[in-house]
Amino acid sequence: MVAFNLPLNSRIGQGQTFKAPAGAKRVREFKIYRWNPDDGKNPRTDTYEIDLDECGPMVLDALIKIKNEVDPTLTFRRSCREGICGSCAMNIDGGNTLACLKPIEEVRGAVRISPLPHMPVVKDLVPDLSQVYAQFRSIKPWMQAETPAPPDAERLQSKEERAKLDGMWECILCFCCSTACPSYWWNGDRYLGPAVLLAAYRWIADSRDEATGSRLDELEDPFKLYRCHTIMNCTDTCPKGLNPAKAIGAIKQMIVERQG
Amino acid sequence: MRDVRDALMVARNTDGKLVRRPLSPHVQVYRWPLSMALSILHRASGVALSVGTLLMTWWLAAAAVSDEAFARAQWFMGSAIGLLCLFGWTVALMFHAFSGIRHLVWDAGYGFDAPHYNTSGWATVIATGVATLLVWIIGLAVW
Repeated sequence: MVAFNLPLNSRIGQGQTFKAPAGAKRVREFKIYRWNPDDGKNPRTDTYEIDLDECGPMVLDALIKIKNEVDPTLTFRRSCREGICGSCAMNIDGGNTLACLKPIEEVRGAVRISPLPHMPVVKDLVPDLSQVYAQFRSIKPWMQAETPAPPDAERLQSKEERAKLDGMWECILCFCCSTACPSYWWNGDRYLGPAVLLAAYRWIADSRDEATGSRLDELEDPFKLYRCHTIMNCTDTCPKGLNPAKAIGAIKQMIVERQG
Repeated sequence: MRDVRDALMVARNTDGKLVRRPLSPHVQVYRWPLSMALSILHRASGVALSVGTLLMTWWLAAAAVSDEAFARAQWFMGSAIGLLCLFGWTVALMFHAFSGIRHLVWDAGYGFDAPHYNTSGWATVIATGVATLLVWIIGLAVW
């Protein structure tokens, strides 16, 4: 349900400041959300001063530098450092994006970093994604077909049919979009959210999939689909430049059209 | 109805003790894109219109009741507070109408791509301002 204030145990306090080394010229502050399940305290914001002359260009470079050289307790997910694994999704400077794709120079002033919004925090910048993964599973993100595949070939598609999947297969499930959506914040227990609905439409739009009807039946629900109010935060924030709002609109249209 | 996400707010720490996880900040940190602001304004203007309709109902009902009742309603509408309410009601009406058209276009499957949704957002804001001013210039001229 709608709750604008954070619960008491989630209110963020002031943390420590880690000064830049003497002689640093291009100093930038990184204000990072911290929470440790072992210290029994509320979350806090720690400030790290980083010399940009001694740091790579991306926000992820700064996080890795902090972890390696300043504070090894800082916890975050990262892997590919090139925008294909989706691990380092977080809220940077008020918008959800991948730390590895976000140039530090794009941020004016202190770089504020917190976990993906409105999620249970495992530690520091690591959110618990169990809910979104369970929702992803619920839309059966695999091809369903009764017709057997040709014995000696793949199931073929025309170029036009294949082109319908562009802008959807590229999704890396970083969940920047779902956690940017106010509808998902308030109703994420029942609303599937943009990432999962984009994935659902990816299979609905696939010419080889034969379960379109049952997929639409599943989605035709006041909460699962229709909590989307076209707020557009999903499309606005997607680090891969995809358009979940458009996919959700397409699902809504198909449901209307099949009513005849 | 209980929020099933509550189950995920409980975890074990390193010692195996149950701890309550914090909820990560959301509206507290999110930088508002234009479309997000217009979306909540669409809802707010809808609520404002419902309240404004009460005012209009009072005005119409007063006209049916008696000359004195209607004069009272007219006096209120012409007072500073009444004019302010009417102005707010005009803004809400114009915004809700233009924003509604924007939603209709989306429902028809158009205007989802960047930068179109931002362009249509600014167009909504500008159209609201222009239409409200026009209504009031005409309204005050014939008053």
